[in-house]
Amino acid sequence: MRTSIQAVSERKLKNNTSLMQSLRNSLTMAYRGLLKIRRTPEQLFDVTLQPILFTLMFTYIFGGAISGDVASYLPVIIPGILVQTVITTSVVTGVQLREDMDKGVFDRFKSLPIARIAPLAGALLADTIRYTIATVLTFVMGYIMGYRPGGGLEHVALAGIIVIVSSWAISWIFAFFGVIARTASSVQGISMIVLFPLTFLSNAFVPVETMPNWLQWFVKFNPISHLVTAVRDLANTGTVGWDLGISLIGAAVIVLIFAPLTVRAYMRRT
Amino acid sequence: MGQKYKQTNSNWAVEASGLVKVFGDNRAVDGVDLNVRAGSIYGVLGPNGAGKTTTIRMLATLLRPDAGTAKIFGHDVVKESQIVRQLIGVTGQYASVDESLSATENLIIFSRLLGLSRKEAKTKAVELLEEFGLSEAAKRPLKNFSGGMRRRLDLAASLIAQPPLIFLDEPTTGLDPRTRSQMWDTIRRLVDTGSTVLLTTQYLEEADQLADRIAVIDYGRVIAEGTADELKMSVGTSSLHIRVQHVQDIEKTRRMIEQVLKVPSSISSEAGEITAPMANADLVTDLLIALRGEGITLSEMSVQKPTLDEVFLTITGQRATDAEEDATAPAYESKTMEGTTV
Repeated sequence: MRTSIQAVSERKLKNNTSLMQSLRNSLTMAYRGLLKIRRTPEQLFDVTLQPILFTLMFTYIFGGAISGDVASYLPVIIPGILVQTVITTSVVTGVQLREDMDKGVFDRFKSLPIARIAPLAGALLADTIRYTIATVLTFVMGYIMGYRPGGGLEHVALAGIIVIVSSWAISWIFAFFGVIARTASSVQGISMIVLFPLTFLSNAFVPVETMPNWLQWFVKFNPISHLVTAVRDLANTGTVGWDLGISLIGAAVIVLIFAPLTVRAYMRRT
Repeated sequence: MGQKYKQTNSNWAVEASGLVKVFGDNRAVDGVDLNVRAGSIYGVLGPNGAGKTTTIRMLATLLRPDAGTAKIFGHDVVKESQIVRQLIGVTGQYASVDESLSATENLIIFSRLLGLSRKEAKTKAVELLEEFGLSEAAKRPLKNFSGGMRRRLDLAASLIAQPPLIFLDEPTTGLDPRTRSQMWDTIRRLVDTGSTVLLTTQYLEEADQLADRIAVIDYGRVIAEGTADELKMSVGTSSLHIRVQHVQDIEKTRRMIEQVLKVPSSISSEAGEITAPMANADLVTDLLIALRGEGITLSEMSVQKPTLDEVFLTITGQRATDAEEDATAPAYESKTMEGTTV
């Protein structure tokens, strides 16, 4: 059948995983995620339909009321809808992780001598493809409706990357819910409760000045507002402001808090 | 091959003592001791919910024990878990492979995770698929796989790193008899290459066929341990089964059995089969000669060892009916002692 196995005493054994190995394992797991998406492309329905539908709806419903006409609302709404859509998409990451974890294959991942973070980091990394699709489609829809961002293509691309990176960071929150929740549908429920106030109580759709004072305080504090402002600055004028820095710091803080929490919860799960 | 086999044979592959795992109010595993010699097949036998899977999951670093210790080739499962993972392969009760991917993709991903290069991973996948007779189905998604194919792929995935210890959690549950015996052959060949196999099963026949030693587990405890023969012997001796051609000879035959074998016989009413315990096999010759002398013709004669089913029912039945658990405990303890020193 096969040659005899190597004796235990002759094996080189290590009780820790190097950073390089963690990275390599995570990339392999991301490859697994991409293969899964390729096998079941229907998973991508939400990231294709949502940007098209939401961009059309919000622009034509609110355009006249908020900015007088649709054309002058586009520079306001496209960055807003982009952030809202892509971050909503990251909820799916948590839900799918929950479903995936219930399958036997995660037992094998746990029993392999690989970095503990890899199955989670890989899944989250593979999902950036979803955020990319949503980002590109939102900008394309905007362009079709007449949005001509003043920042030029390279700044629009940069803005897109910022949104994708931030969503990846935020997806760790939903991954955490995914790991601790009992069922996939409860992940969806909890995540939506967190997500709705965060995305709507921001400057994504309407000017902050029109809100009551107490609400303005929250909206200005909301990291989503900073991200939306950062994207507007980049796409519309090509400028890099403080909001970009705050967004990236916020993303880093989320990862630093939720990645270890998620991995620990994942390890505890039976 | 023989040399390495001997080398690892002197070690313990698994040394577990006092393992406990509690889920809420349920003590799923309640002080399990297991010692498995390297290079052997060890069977953990027990009904559903006895704690077999939980025990395996603790040994395979998938669950942290609430109490007790376990070592795999001398490495602690809690403190040196990452080392232990380099020494084991786990095949779960539910196929631990990716349903949405093809067989090849599954094996390539597991190989890559284990540190093989892209090229090595491809070669390994082809090799293993060939070995397990899955080459034709290599590119098909697993959704279309039969239960047996899935189990084979699962086992193949456990063998990528050629681990010296393989856990098989109910490897043949739900398989048809032919696929089951194929699986048994595969397991036997594994041990020939020097691997140690720890398998759980609810099938007594499977433990009997495969395992060098068996631990019977129930209510989270090891209630008997030993070789299949030792366990059978603990229940009783072999028995002689005789069927005569003419019904009128039955009474006479029974009298002769009592005379020659000096034991009382019993008769099953529906089939007319005479059964007698057989302590001394040599006396059976005398009995057969005496029967021929009397002109009694036999239609059937057989000697049966007690089956593991009887062992199982005797041991677990006792536990279930005994109000005092401790009343039966000393007998089991002595069996376990015997087991670990052999």
